Amino acid sequence: MSPPFLVAIVPAWNEAGAIGGVVDEVRSVSAEIEVVVVDDASRDETASIAEAHGATVLRLPFNVGIGGAVQTGFRYALEQGYERAVRLDGDGQHDASQIPKILAPIEVGDADLVIGSRFVDPDGTYRPPLARRMGIRIFARLVSMLGRQRVTDTTSGFIALDRAGIELFAVEYPHDYPEVEATLVALRSGLRLAQVQVEMRERTAGTSSITFLRSLYYIVKVTLALFVASLRRYPKLEGAER
Amino acid sequence: MTPLRVSIVGVAASLLLILVVLELVRGRRLKERYALLWLATGAVLLVLSAWRGGLNTVAGWLGVTGYPPAVLFAVATLFVLLVLLHYSTVISKLTDENVELAQRVALLEERVGRSQLSDRQRAPG
Repeated sequence: MSPPFLVAIVPAWNEAGAIGGVVDEVRSVSAEIEVVVVDDASRDETASIAEAHGATVLRLPFNVGIGGAVQTGFRYALEQGYERAVRLDGDGQHDASQIPKILAPIEVGDADLVIGSRFVDPDGTYRPPLARRMGIRIFARLVSMLGRQRVTDTTSGFIALDRAGIELFAVEYPHDYPEVEATLVALRSGLRLAQVQVEMRERTAGTSSITFLRSLYYIVKVTLALFVASLRRYPKLEGAER
Repeated sequence: MTPLRVSIVGVAASLLLILVVLELVRGRRLKERYALLWLATGAVLLVLSAWRGGLNTVAGWLGVTGYPPAVLFAVATLFVLLVLLHYSTVISKLTDENVELAQRVALLEERVGRSQLSDRQRAPG
């Protein structure tokens, strides 16, 4: 048996309608990928459906939020010795057939963390509502400034990591609304970041977890977290490939 | 009108609160989620201390005619109550989650013990 290589981490909360399709799609990319669904205490059949479709299921005892759920997957990847991890959403908005595309910069040794971005290519088809587009852009600017590297999409949940990235995120990952802050933490820890244009689909089932009051909390919390993270000192990682 | 010295002490105290909270977050001893209410407390007290005319106006609305800085105390007390109430809800949630974790560990230990026992029975010696 060869050592485990690539794991796909799929956080899911009440995604019974979509999770089976997501697991199938990832497995159809390659039979070598272990699909790990982190079930964040769903009240529906998410966990058993994922299991029936051949995924490894990590069941959290109660809802810990998206960041805590994703980090559970990174910890699993660390413990099991995986060299590569991709993370995609359980609602089907990320197209699993683009997994090889977002892994490519890692395979050629150019990056430790690859973000599947909707805005690398100015002709991309993703046109979010104005408020969300502005939010995404402002956070991208802020992270670019504080991390000293241009980042186009800090809110994407479609990412790929090498071993150095897995090691970082297994111990260092924000627990709520994690993506923006995690990008900055990765840059400040010395991970090499690449961005790849991806298209995302509309949700196939379920509802987005973002409501108006939560967006307010989101903005304030993430801004504070970015500000504080830029005051912290992060140990520079010694990547295996450097 | 508020005595100048009260305003200065108020500004200093609220700035100190904000700085201490930020330092606690930076040192990872306080999560952002639980820092927000403290920062709001500091910000409101800072504004009311520094903007003396504003404090007078608010005191007027509330019918506090004799001593406007009393409003500072009232607002500070209100925020402390809010923080405490918030923490009470947080503790309640933590209590439930802690019980759930203990129960899960007990069930897991029982399951692990049983599978070790059956392994031993299958492969004696």
